[in-house]
Amino acid sequence: MKVILLLIVWNLFLDYCLLLMRMIECKDLKKIYTTGDVQTAALKGVTFSIAKGEFVAIIGPSGSGKSTLMHILGALDNPTSGSYFLDGKEVSKLDDDELSDLRRDKIGFVFQSFNLLPRTTVLRNVMLPLLYSQTSEAEREERARQCLKYAGMEESKFLNLSNQLSGGQMQRVAIARSLINNPAIIFADEPTGNLDTKTSHVVMEAFQELHKKGHTIILITHEAEIAAFASRVMTIRDGLIESDVKK
Amino acid sequence: MVAIDILKETFWSLSANKVRSGLTMLGIVIGIASVITMVSIGQGAQASIASSIQSIGSNLIIVRPGAQRSAGVSGGAGSNTTLTTEDADAIKAEIQNVGAVAPEDSKRAQVTAKGTNTNTQVIGTVPDYATVRTIAMEAGTFISAQAVKSSAKVAVLGSTTRDDLFGAGVNPVGQVIRIKNVDFDVIGVTVAKGGSGFTNPDDSIYIPISSAQHFITGDTFVTSLSVAAVDQSSMVAVQNQTTDLLLKRHNISDPLQADFSLMNQADIIATASSITGTFTMLLASIAGISLLVGGIGIMNMMLTTVTERTREIGLRKAVGIRKLYINLQFLSEAVALTFLGGLIGVGLGWGASVAVTKFAGVATQISTSSILLAFGVSAGVGIIFGFYPARKAAAMSPMEALRYE
Ligand SMILES: Nc1ncnc2c1ncn2[C@@H]1O[C@H](COP(=O)(O)OP(=O)(O)OP(=O)(O)O)[C@@H](O)[C@H]1O
Ligand SMILES: [Mg+2]
Repeated sequence: MKVILLLIVWNLFLDYCLLLMRMIECKDLKKIYTTGDVQTAALKGVTFSIAKGEFVAIIGPSGSGKSTLMHILGALDNPTSGSYFLDGKEVSKLDDDELSDLRRDKIGFVFQSFNLLPRTTVLRNVMLPLLYSQTSEAEREERARQCLKYAGMEESKFLNLSNQLSGGQMQRVAIARSLINNPAIIFADEPTGNLDTKTSHVVMEAFQELHKKGHTIILITHEAEIAAFASRVMTIRDGLIESDVKK
Repeated sequence: MVAIDILKETFWSLSANKVRSGLTMLGIVIGIASVITMVSIGQGAQASIASSIQSIGSNLIIVRPGAQRSAGVSGGAGSNTTLTTEDADAIKAEIQNVGAVAPEDSKRAQVTAKGTNTNTQVIGTVPDYATVRTIAMEAGTFISAQAVKSSAKVAVLGSTTRDDLFGAGVNPVGQVIRIKNVDFDVIGVTVAKGGSGFTNPDDSIYIPISSAQHFITGDTFVTSLSVAAVDQSSMVAVQNQTTDLLLKRHNISDPLQADFSLMNQADIIATASSITGTFTMLLASIAGISLLVGGIGIMNMMLTTVTERTREIGLRKAVGIRKLYINLQFLSEAVALTFLGGLIGVGLGWGASVAVTKFAGVATQISTSSILLAFGVSAGVGIIFGFYPARKAAAMSPMEALRYE
């Protein structure tokens, strides 16, 4: 009798610890895009959780809903239904300013299509998240330079305009921008899609180093070689999780 | 830090998007400059006409022979012979608060002097004329009472007439001029008054009224009486009493049948103003159309950039910038753009007005209300159409804004 009671308490304690460690917790997430009369179900009910400090790779065929999921996880878009807790807070319950603060303080996001400010220098693009903050101008630039080097960007291009860069260079600027606030979670949508093998490895080693420092990293990729860097691989197909493998 | 960042970003954004900023500003500049220039020309015309009427004299009432216009009977030729110098003397003697009364008998005539000649207004009058019309002498003296009494053949030249006959700046006192084949000695030149329009006091010759009636016109009557009240407040009383006195002297019982008419400066100015006012309205409506076109230009530019700006705002939100800062940023950009354009527009309009005065000789007067109106309209359009789409975008979720088309 005593043993059973002890076991129950122990189990509850374990559950609680697990709950504390969960960075991301989603239940039955659905996303339906409506364009005119056409409805596309990009996510058809996705449930999973990701603990603090995990390094997750999401793979899946084109159009399977990977980017859609990332946008929701990055607090950039709302799911049609289902619940999403980030760091213990239900994201859909946050107001606009709380969402902005969450993105600024906890989230680094690398877009599949980079989304750099046009006609703006590399440095200013990377410093954008620090705008209107208490950080001094000099420190902003210093941090931007560090992040750019970390992402493998050549120093000679720091003052180039963003539209005068190659695809791979834009990608590294986008990665540098996602790191500038030293975010707890980094979401990267195909961060090596435009890079050669050598540069891909530089970038992936940087992610691995961040992972070792305790950052949670979630990235989307098509390449098995890149997925191999991660400690957990989720496969998405047709808006559903097909497999979820931990190493 | 926030304020500095907003200002810096505004500067960067405007200079990074030079063509976009330039085209938006162009609409504002054109709208404001044209309103200011057009209205300044209209107001300048109004002011210069008013001041040239004012320059005739002050507190002046002019009595002319002929029926009152309001009686609806136009004065025929015969009715132009009703006023006399005795009427003038009676007004001066019997009415209070009359400063001076000057009858005049005028006629245009050909005047010659040593081979030069000109056609000008010959005004036969009395010494008081200098008082009622505020005439000052540049050289010599005005007509004396003695000269009037003796029908002396003496003449005072207006400055323009002097220029025409003897050349600019020459002192013609002591020279002889010939009016209708009668020789007159020049005894003085008046100071230029700078008036223009219907009767130019500078383009005249003054001679004693008796000499004019005798040698030039052959009249026994006068062509008008100028009555100066001592001050502005006695104008009405002087005008009424003059009317009564003249009715009595001319044996007319019904004021509607009066064989003379009175006009004061205020009436003349009012008539002239109503004409120039219409002119100003016309110019203002042309300017209003350019303001409208400018406004549509601003609107167009702001709306065509909405897609790009909405994406940019989506990105700013995605990296964690609060809605308030985004709103302030875009408001600041719209304000900077419209104020910069507004200042250039005011400067350009001002310059154009000065240039019009200088090169076309048209009087202009910049009015504050036209500046405020033009500035207000274009600033309003610029700020509303610059800021409103930004505000809308800042309220979207980041992906919604990033996907905006
Ligand atoms: N804004 C949108 N409106 C309508 N449908 C959309 C929208 N965005 C994505 N979709 C649809 O949702 C589905 C999932 O798109 P998503 O971008 O998530 O795919 P993905 O897995 O990231 O593909 P890829 O590997 O090519 O990037 C696709 O069928 C796509 O056509
Ligand atoms: Mg994708």
